Amino acid sequence: MPEIIWTIIEASIKALAVVGGIQLMAALNVYLERKISAFAQNRIGPNRVGPFGTLQPFADVFKLFLKEDIVPKNADKFFHSLAPVLSLSIAIAVWAVIPFSSYVDIGDRRIYMGIAPDINVGLLFILAMTSVGVYGITLAGWSSNNKYSLLGGLRSSAQMISYELSMGLSLIGIVLITGSLSLNDIVNHQLAWDGWRWNIFLQPVGFVIFLITAFAETNRAPFDLPEAEPELVGGFNTEYSGMKFGMFFLAEYANMTTSSVLIVLFYLGGWALPVPAETLGLKDGSIALAAAHFLVFFIKVLMLLFFFIWVRWSIPRFRYDQLMNLGWKILLPISLLNVLLTALGVLYLK
Amino acid sequence: MLQSIPLEYYLIISAVIFIIGSIGVITRRNAIIIFMSIELMLNAVNLTLVSFSSFLGDVSGQIFVFFVMSVAAAEAAIGLAIILALFRSKQTIYVDEVNLLKW
Amino acid sequence: MTLSVVLFAVLSILAIASALVTITSKHPIRSAMGLVFHFFMLAGLYLTLSAQFIAALQVLVYAGAIMVLVIFVIMLLNLGDEEKLKYKVNPRQVIGIFLGAALLVMLGTIYVTNVSVAGFNKEIAANIGTAQFLGNELYTKYIFPVEAIGILLTAAIVGAIVLAKRKLN
Repeated sequence: MPEIIWTIIEASIKALAVVGGIQLMAALNVYLERKISAFAQNRIGPNRVGPFGTLQPFADVFKLFLKEDIVPKNADKFFHSLAPVLSLSIAIAVWAVIPFSSYVDIGDRRIYMGIAPDINVGLLFILAMTSVGVYGITLAGWSSNNKYSLLGGLRSSAQMISYELSMGLSLIGIVLITGSLSLNDIVNHQLAWDGWRWNIFLQPVGFVIFLITAFAETNRAPFDLPEAEPELVGGFNTEYSGMKFGMFFLAEYANMTTSSVLIVLFYLGGWALPVPAETLGLKDGSIALAAAHFLVFFIKVLMLLFFFIWVRWSIPRFRYDQLMNLGWKILLPISLLNVLLTALGVLYLK
Repeated sequence: MLQSIPLEYYLIISAVIFIIGSIGVITRRNAIIIFMSIELMLNAVNLTLVSFSSFLGDVSGQIFVFFVMSVAAAEAAIGLAIILALFRSKQTIYVDEVNLLKW
Repeated sequence: MTLSVVLFAVLSILAIASALVTITSKHPIRSAMGLVFHFFMLAGLYLTLSAQFIAALQVLVYAGAIMVLVIFVIMLLNLGDEEKLKYKVNPRQVIGIFLGAALLVMLGTIYVTNVSVAGFNKEIAANIGTAQFLGNELYTKYIFPVEAIGILLTAAIVGAIVLAKRKLN
């Protein structure tokens, strides 16, 4: 079967590229976070390793590799080692269905930029993976045999369950408008109107809800209660050290990248060029057009990453009861209403 | 590519899982593990329904699985709430220690 | 052909093994993680049956929602290992295993002797497994059960809140 062999080769190359890309993005995030936080606090930030401190994240990782790996005496050894692996692998698994550019035609073979972006349950897969992502943190909290870790793990699972609902409901609006669960279709639907039929214009309320829940699902400030350092020492990763801690760290930044990418794909037009491709003289399926699409996409993702970091260093953390009130009493009713209004709109206007 | 597995294999797997679940329900004392064993049995039935649905080319099996999942979700919410209430009043979730009708 | 056989064998053996882990481990968290793994393997088996929507729902509902809730409760109650009973041989276990074996033999004979269906048609199966087809069926032919399930879920939410809430006084 030569066809299946080609498919496997194509998928492996894409998978390697995606995994490598996520690691690089995590490094970029760490650098941006340290620089922007320094700027926000009137400091200089990393400036010793490499030009402008750009190699600082790599130095951090080497430091983590060389650290001693400590497992607490009464910890559950198996789950203590499993938890970080689970966290990181699920953060990467989401990328199986995420496209990051249009397609390239090589010969008579159409290659989509993404491992399996046109699978017709892509959106459900993403929701499933984000909801499974909580296991890493919860298990880390439980297996460390430490009260702070346990509290962090409990908070994390409660928070994820609460915000997942609003996240799913806000995406239903998009599914209603697009009529498909495949991420490629969702982006292609936004390419109409000369590339300006972005879902943010059709679904402003859904966008705000998705943005808030994305912060909550990635445990980023102001929703970083699972690792609230003034209350819980280090939260779920109190008892972790060395590369196991590094894996949680990587998973957090990978999740941040994933959330930004998802917001761009779902609401901000994906790789839609600001002007039609014909005016730039680019053909469908050419490498140049795919590169231009990727560039637009990447710039949008970078701006969202900046936004994520900006919010973290500007807004104080929620109290736990405020978090639950926001999730259940405000976001959930609004997202239900949004689904209802979108359904009426699709029924009568489309 | 995938036709080579006969329906009977799926049914036998599902029967084995169902029996494992039922043994769990009968032998364990911890209410949460009993609850999980019931989920195992439900899933075994789901596997049977989906395999029949795919082999017969009839969608109603999968629709049924959809309903089973909704009922399982409702059951999880209620069951876990009952377990919590039980723990609060008896400080145990072992079913053989809960032997009074009224306390 | 061999690829699909290997896939099926691995998935089903892992599914049965993790089901056994679920009912045999002492600590409920280990049971729960065994069950989560079992659900993933079942999702894989659904994929070999071309039921992709059900496979995604399996992970989303069972692994993502129900089991997170179960683990949350286990951690909240801070349960430890299940202690042994006082007597050595638990009659309930003996009876349970015996009954289970009898049931297995019964189901096995019924399935192996009495089932005869036409072969697996991948095109038809892949068509009915999509979200679009299932959604159409659900909201036209099965609209009444969907509404009933909605009422059931609402009742379950209310019931869970009433049961879990502390007495106000």
